[in-house]
Order: sequence, then structure tokens, then C-alpha cells
Amino acid sequence: MPEQDTCTRLVELLTAEQESLGAAWVEAVSRTLRGRISLAELDRELRELYAALVEGLRGGGLDWRGDAFGEVRALLAELSRTRARQGFTPTETATSVLAGKDVLAPSEDTSAGDVRAYLHLSKLIDALGLFTLEVYAKTREEIISAQAEQLMELSTPVVKLWEGVVAVPLVGTLDSARTQVVMEKLLQALVDTGSDQAIIDITGVPAVDTEVAQHLLKTVVAARLMGAECIISGIRPQIAQTIVALGIQFGDIVTKSSLADALKHALRRGDAAVVRPGGRA
Amino acid sequence: MLKIGDVLLVSIQVELEDQVVLELQDDLAARIVDSGASGVVIDITAVEIVDSFVGRMLATTAAISRMLDAQTVVVGMRPAVAITLVELGLSLGGVRTALTLEKGLEILARRDDSRPAQL
Repeated sequence: MPEQDTCTRLVELLTAEQESLGAAWVEAVSRTLRGRISLAELDRELRELYAALVEGLRGGGLDWRGDAFGEVRALLAELSRTRARQGFTPTETATSVLAGKDVLAPSEDTSAGDVRAYLHLSKLIDALGLFTLEVYAKTREEIISAQAEQLMELSTPVVKLWEGVVAVPLVGTLDSARTQVVMEKLLQALVDTGSDQAIIDITGVPAVDTEVAQHLLKTVVAARLMGAECIISGIRPQIAQTIVALGIQFGDIVTKSSLADALKHALRRGDAAVVRPGGRA
Repeated sequence: MLKIGDVLLVSIQVELEDQVVLELQDDLAARIVDSGASGVVIDITAVEIVDSFVGRMLATTAAISRMLDAQTVVVGMRPAVAITLVELGLSLGGVRTALTLEKGLEILARRDDSRPAQL
């Protein structure tokens, strides 16, 4: 049977019992989703999809990449994205589409021609199912990268401790991407606040290896180039031991064990006016 | 090139091309000798792009000035420029730096308190 005839037959089959087939589809899908999405919403989604599918078949062939299936693809992408955001599993998402196959499954008294038509439809729906999963995976990746970006933003605040003194409390593992962000933010903060003392506090950094040390040194040198002095604080005993064991040279960079010491040092060096409550400088 | 007290102020307002930097170096050396300046401030606030050549020239300029008994302070380096220089492996050893022109002048004034810069 040529493709055109298959399509015509499929359209006939699908439109003839649109109501009951659609209902069966909604029913099948709603069972797998176990009421996490309202029946009315699901009904609307799937019926739109169903109508688009019939239109697609009527419009041109069985190639899901074709123009006629543009509407179907758009609807599926939308459905898949919503599902991914709402935390449905890939199986649940794909089943929404694949369950469509069951409602048309041939029974014993189906004619041979219809069975072949069904096979074509089945192939088409499989392809659409794969497309759905692809969009699902892409959406998930987008969510992950957006979160990574947010985390990056969150984890690198630059705080002003005193007139002329800024600090970056580093928390978490340092890699090159993060150090780059820290460096940029710190240097920008130096310009914005006009501070010439910077404190990098590594209390929250679990481990320091040669790479991390290298990044820290780069940041310090960059700050120096701009005319600011850096102090590294929050070095825990184990970290001090690691640094020495690794043979990392911090050169003439001032290191302090606590942020308080670093601040004291910065204030002394920056000649900042520290006015005590008593009024004496 | 402006002279304030015994400090020479060099404000770079154009993109630094190799030829410009070389001329600047010549001029600066001549001016230091002529004016007997004891300090040089190079303001690079307007400079957005540097390469390794410019980075090295900043260092040599500072070294030349020092030979002529004038301390050099580079002021107003932008974060992007600082990052570039670090990535290029140029730490400009021996060059004093300051965030702003004002702070640069302060450094020079503090250096010879016995002979304060007459601003």
C-alpha cells in the first residue's frame, strides 16, 4: 500500500472514533501519571496533540520531520518541557506519547491493510517519542546549567569589611572556572569601592592543591597589579601542612590564620582611621 | 605629559600601539632628566587592551625611570587588564601600582617625606 493511502486510511481510522480513542489515550496516560497532573489539563494537552497528529497525517506523509508535523513537534516540545520542569521521570514523559500506540492496537479482526497502516503509525509515534525524550533531556541540561550558574553567583560574594578593605569568603571547592569568577569579582570590587586591601578567606575551602594555590597566587598578583594588597586568611592547620608538603611558595604574600587577624593587619597597613568608642584613634 | 611639583604625570588616552609605547619611553626618559623629576605616575585608566609587549614596556619604563632616580607608579589598571597580564605571566615586578591617581601621588609623597612633593 503506497504511503498516501496509508495516511488516508490512518486519518479515517483516527477521525472516525476521535472521541473514544482520545479518551482511551487520556485514560492510559493518566494511569501512569497517578494523578500528579489534573485530568482536565491532561485531557486538553493530549486532545490538542491528537488533533495535530491527525492534521499532520492528513497534510503530508509519515515523516515526522516534515512541515506538516510542525504543530505536533511544537506541542510535544512544550509538553516535554513542562514535564521535565515538574519533575516527571523520562519514562512517564515518554509514555504520554507512546501510550497513543496502544489505543490503536490492531485486534484479531483487523484487516491486513489496517495492520500495515498501524505499523506505520507505530513507527511514527516511536519517532515522536524519541523526539520527546530528546527535548526532555535538553530541558534537564538547561536546568542543570542554570543551577550551576546560580551556584557560582551565590558562592562568591565580595563583602566590604571596612573603609578600604574588602573580603571574599571562599566556600567550597575551587576550580579554574570559579577562581576566574572570584578574581573578576574581587578586582571589580576593588575598583568599585576604591579599596586597596583585599582579604581572601579560605576557611571554607576543603582542600588546597597545587592548582588551587596557583589560582590564588594569580588572583593576588592581579590585585597587586591594580595597586591593592592581598591577604590570605583562614588557613587551617592541615591546609598549612599540605601547602608546605607540596612545596608551594607563597612568597611575600601575607597569610593569616583567621579573618580577624587579617583584618587587623589590613587596617594597620592601610593606615585606616580606626576610631574607638572612646574617641581616640 | 604634565608636571606636578616634582612628579611627572603621564596619562595614556589612546590605544597602546608598539610605536607609541617606544616613543613614550624615549620622551619620558628625556623629560625626567630635563625636569629632574623624582616621581612618575603613569595613568592607564583609559587602556582597555594590553599585550605582552606593552606589559613588558611598562616594566622597562619603570626600570629606566628608576635608573634616573624617579620612582614610577602605575595607576588605574582595569581588572581585565590585570587579568590579562597575569595570564601572560607578567607580574611587573618592581613596578609600584595604585588604584587611583590620588593614591599613586600619595605613595610618591610618602616615599620622600623628607622632601615632600609640592602638590
